[in-house]
Amino acid sequence: MHRFLRLTRAVEDRAYSLYRAGHIHGGNFSGRGQEAISVGTALALEPQDKVAPMVRNLGTVLVRGYTAEEVLLNYLAKATSPSGGKDNSSHFGDVEGKGVVSCISMLGTLVPVMAGMALAGKLRGVPLVTLTYVGDGATSTGEFHEGLNFAAVFKAPFVLIIENNGWAYSTPVEKQTPIRDLGRKAESYGIPWASGDGNDVEEVWRLTRRFADEARAGGGPRVLELRTMRMRGHAQHDDAWYVPKKQLAEWERKDPIERFEKRLLKERVMTKAELDAANAAIGREVEEAEKAALAAPMPEGPEALRGVFADDVPFRKWWEEE
Amino acid sequence: MTETTYIGAITRALHEEMQRDENVVLMGEDIGAYGGAFKATDGLQKKFGEARVMDTPLAELGLVGAAIGMSYMGFRPVVEFQFIDFIACGFDQIVNFAATSRYRWGHACPLVLRGPWGGGVRGNMYHSRNVEMWFVHSPGLKVVAAGTARDALGLLKSAIRDPDPVLYLEHKHLYRRVKEDLPDGEILTPIGKADVARAGEHVTVVTYGWMRHVCLDAARELEKEGISIEVIDLRTLYPMDRAAVVESVKKTNRCLVVHEDTRTGGIAGEVAMTVFEEAFDHLDAPVLRVTAPDTPVPYSPPLEDYFLPKVADVVKACRKLVKY
Repeated sequence: MHRFLRLTRAVEDRAYSLYRAGHIHGGNFSGRGQEAISVGTALALEPQDKVAPMVRNLGTVLVRGYTAEEVLLNYLAKATSPSGGKDNSSHFGDVEGKGVVSCISMLGTLVPVMAGMALAGKLRGVPLVTLTYVGDGATSTGEFHEGLNFAAVFKAPFVLIIENNGWAYSTPVEKQTPIRDLGRKAESYGIPWASGDGNDVEEVWRLTRRFADEARAGGGPRVLELRTMRMRGHAQHDDAWYVPKKQLAEWERKDPIERFEKRLLKERVMTKAELDAANAAIGREVEEAEKAALAAPMPEGPEALRGVFADDVPFRKWWEEE
Repeated sequence: MTETTYIGAITRALHEEMQRDENVVLMGEDIGAYGGAFKATDGLQKKFGEARVMDTPLAELGLVGAAIGMSYMGFRPVVEFQFIDFIACGFDQIVNFAATSRYRWGHACPLVLRGPWGGGVRGNMYHSRNVEMWFVHSPGLKVVAAGTARDALGLLKSAIRDPDPVLYLEHKHLYRRVKEDLPDGEILTPIGKADVARAGEHVTVVTYGWMRHVCLDAARELEKEGISIEVIDLRTLYPMDRAAVVESVKKTNRCLVVHEDTRTGGIAGEVAMTVFEEAFDHLDAPVLRVTAPDTPVPYSPPLEDYFLPKVADVVKACRKLVKY
């Protein structure tokens, strides 16, 4: 649990500097301060479960078995990245192996998809649960509602995490939706819900585990709202000037990783020396991953034509022909 | 041999494929107990059960999304839109999620999206639309449209077996008007291959769907005047059988595109460009087209009749082309 928390932050810190140095093109997203949600939820799942992480759920991707190098390769758009350079950020996955479903940039879209996957598992008689995340913003989308309704009607073993981090880009949650407990939206569909402290990784694990067990046992879908705070901007280019400094300071004090480490030390699960050694090892691991990822090749242009269908779609650049 | 209507061919295709592959499931509104608004899925829930013929809530985004999720777990969902116009309600999931699936993360999405399409039934603009180009223009989707009962059967079976998402358009005007004797046994129409509905010498007329019949009627009229037109039914809009069109134009030296779809952004533009790119030297006349105007489909009969291309329009256009 500790390892994945620290590894998530280390990889994102690395990505931050890579972005500043111009190595990462386009958008890069940070889940800083929200690591407990990704790690706690992912660790609460069974191997046969399917999970669809969003861009601030890097911890989920790592728990499921992707390496720091693979993640950085994708951020760097390399040929050997999990998406082959076809998509950015953490838009990759592997259903059969790691049980990870790739997200897309449109928010809320994964709700009906994962509900459908849960239904499929149920129809096949496999005791699996599916899980995905939405932010406070995505609870406004049609797909959030259509997907939850579908899951409820078909009693799909689907767990939805509402990661309420207070902000959808520059829109505070008060302007996003009129109710404060976002989990209440689940009531419209008769879906049991709970809310919890998203910055307490053990609480996250406990609540997720309980809901996953209930869904797995045939109880139908569940919604878990976890409260946290987005500590960086919407994306790396966004300095989040609109977030009150007071709010950031308040949540800085509740940093999920520091909290957990304090607990580990207090309860003597680890000594300070062991903790420092573990963190240093993670630092080295990510440094190596960065080196390898930077050295990897970029894809060749014509690769852009491949992978649309099972058979390639030909395209002549006649103006380049002799 | 059994006399089969166009819609009967669709039911037969669904039946055969569901029998052949237990992973084929149907999802849509009112398709189960009710048998579908047009009865395309009549009897299938009784035969295959509720787990394989699912009545879903009224929510196209939820429906398509769930079908995508099912397809990721080895099922082969066939999603019905009660009228294809309502596919717009599920647009995000189709073009952003399903269509891009294989390309962006290597995981195929073997989905079939089907529904009654086109006009001529006084259904109003929300039950008569030609939606094809929205999807022809979204890389990662195949788009097919049958004009005959045989192709309705063969294309649906092929679509269900295709590993990538396919939009299968079935023309509601043809549902019960087209009747053909179809043999028993396996009939598969390849996706990506056009059909020479009628061989001819003077003009290549490229068309699809209901307009196949309109063009064939025009061909019979024109024959009386000594004008022989070759009618090419595209059958697949994407990936279009460009070679078939080019080969025909190289023979006839004239090309007319006829589609029920509205003018701007209709596939006539794509056909014309293909002909210019690959057969310009063979042309004796510009590539021309007969299409609906750029309006929503009007309701009142005289208005809709003005909107839709007719046999007389095709006849007049061909006469003009041969005079070039």
